[in-house]
Amino acid sequence: MGKRYLEHTKEIIMNMGPQHPSTHGVLRIKLWLDGETVVKSEPIIGYLHRGIEKLAEFRTYTQFMPITDRLDYVSAASNNLAWVQAVEKLMGIEVPRRAEFIRVIITELMRIANHLVWLGTQANDIGAVTVLLYCFREREEILDIFEMFCGARLTLNAFRIGGLAHDIPPGFKERVKDFIERFPKYIDDYERLLSENRIWLQRTKNVGIISAEDAIDLGLSGPSLRGSGVKWDIRKSNPYSVYDELEFDIPTGEIGDVYDRYKVRIEEMRQSVRIIKQALEMMPEGEIRAKVPRIIKPPPGEVYHSIEAPKGELGFYIVSDGSTMPYRVKIRAPSFVNLQSLSKMIEGHLVADIVAIIGSIDIVLGEVDR
Amino acid sequence: MSIFIDFVLIPIIKILVIVTFVFVSVLILIWIERRFQGFVQSRLGPNRVGPQGILQSVADAIKLLTKEDVIPNQVDRFIFNISPIIAFVTALVVFALIPFGAELNIFGRKITLYLADLNIGLLFIIGFNSIGVFGIILGGWAAKSKYPLLGSLRSASQMISYEVALIMSLVSVLFFSRSLSLVEIVKAQQEMKVWFAFIQPLAFFIFFIAGVAESNRLPFDLPEAESELVGGFHTEYSGMKFAFYFVAEFAHVIFFSALVTVLFFGGWLRPFPNVDWLNFLDYIPPVFWFLGKLAFFVFIFMWIRATWPRYRYDQLEMISWKWLIPLALVNIFITGLIVILVK
Repeated sequence: MGKRYLEHTKEIIMNMGPQHPSTHGVLRIKLWLDGETVVKSEPIIGYLHRGIEKLAEFRTYTQFMPITDRLDYVSAASNNLAWVQAVEKLMGIEVPRRAEFIRVIITELMRIANHLVWLGTQANDIGAVTVLLYCFREREEILDIFEMFCGARLTLNAFRIGGLAHDIPPGFKERVKDFIERFPKYIDDYERLLSENRIWLQRTKNVGIISAEDAIDLGLSGPSLRGSGVKWDIRKSNPYSVYDELEFDIPTGEIGDVYDRYKVRIEEMRQSVRIIKQALEMMPEGEIRAKVPRIIKPPPGEVYHSIEAPKGELGFYIVSDGSTMPYRVKIRAPSFVNLQSLSKMIEGHLVADIVAIIGSIDIVLGEVDR
Repeated sequence: MSIFIDFVLIPIIKILVIVTFVFVSVLILIWIERRFQGFVQSRLGPNRVGPQGILQSVADAIKLLTKEDVIPNQVDRFIFNISPIIAFVTALVVFALIPFGAELNIFGRKITLYLADLNIGLLFIIGFNSIGVFGIILGGWAAKSKYPLLGSLRSASQMISYEVALIMSLVSVLFFSRSLSLVEIVKAQQEMKVWFAFIQPLAFFIFFIAGVAESNRLPFDLPEAESELVGGFHTEYSGMKFAFYFVAEFAHVIFFSALVTVLFFGGWLRPFPNVDWLNFLDYIPPVFWFLGKLAFFVFIFMWIRATWPRYRYDQLEMISWKWLIPLALVNIFITGLIVILVK
């Protein structure tokens, strides 16, 4: 009797998403569940596909800038930076130093803003609602700084090919300085709420482990890779902009669980503060835009340029046929590649861990689907 | 005539008062919780409807009442319809046993501030609590949808494990009260001149944790687990049926705070009943002491919710079976030994 009964137990197939509070957008995961344990899973993407790579073929190089904002809309300035630097590399433009430092300040602020959104949502997924609001409170200040810089808060369209659209407004430096002075104290607050909390530790430690080899094999990059103990950061390994002049550490984790990735990101915020502090001091006076022809027509050829975006390696591969519009653009989006590791990470875990793990990979569906 | 007043009129008035008390305090509690969370999270919370937004819950209640009652096609209609009622009624019935205060003299008539004083009071309460869980389990089951199903499965196992811890923590209190009646338990504390929380801190601790788990609140709100199971067992419910679940949850919070007050914090007794120079505190009516203590524990419920993340399903079971239940057993054993030795 008992045996016959067992024969009739079967896995249930459950859809998580695309409408689900914790899949961070329109990600859909097909789950094969045995009770609450995940036997197999399959992420299904494409609900936010807008054909951005195709759109690039019908825009001039300048016109494509605002569209890069919509890739990873949580860290728009990083996308802008990757795009303008790719085009500059293609055309061989030398950007004035002042512009480079301002770019670094803006993108590092963007990194902090991105990590704040990540921390808030991750904590919210695990049930600590309050942290979400605290993080957004500080992010608000960063968005105010962006508004001061370029008028926009979310989709910045911050840089121009060859430099910047405008110099920084008066009072900008003081405001950034004031913020980064106070910010480390806020990070301590988050840590006091989470890192010292037993429940948080139990929910994150030894959950969603990915080894360094697996992480490299799956092409992980950014904090998700560094969480597994691989010390690889494009800002150090292949420095762009003025990162080779700045001093900062690359935090790494040990075993590559959710907790390690959490620790890495928290530490990265502190390092970003350090970078901004140096950049503010080292920023010289001078031009903010190189001499760039009015109509941007790169020579025929191809280029790949990648930067360390908050989520990982963000690369643009551009093929130019010498006209005003790119012949082909391929975007190497970190979220898309990092998402590959999800199935491996959640196998054998419980439903409650899935949301913690999705949060720890830090994906934005705008970038996954493009 | 006197019989009519004693056995019909006064009980009816008491029932009305208690039901109104529960409803009004649930409405206020929802508002306070949202405002308090807003305060903790450095935002405003509801502040538009009425002064300071105090009528927000009333507006929400009206909205839920007038909303279309959506019943999905696939559900088991009968069970789907009665489960919110089971959850709601059982949450309400147990209030009948809560002693809100000592006896009162109104127009020369002695009036007790509780509806009923059963000699099996605690047993009755625990029994009804267990029935209340059926509301959640059946509700999730009848919805025939996967998220509610997982929610109700979680709730079933959670309730079983925490019910055990809850009851065991109570046993050591019964050593001192020697009665299951709630009124007698308070009176025992009056006679011993000490609150049971001070002679049974461990039992109080276990009882409180199990109580939080029983009322499905953070960090043990797994059956609903908004960020994992969307809404858990009530995902498919809408309108008034959802409101029943919602009110039942908050009624549970109030009820558990009341029970903690009665069992461990001397019910309507003033603080430090053994210190004589605090006698002036007796001029404050006992009901206020009761409600004050109750409010304090409700506040702790909210505070926990605003601060802590959520436990995982297996960790939750672990806490109960590996920690709370063994601790409760040890506590029973030691308390029993001491009681025998002192005798």
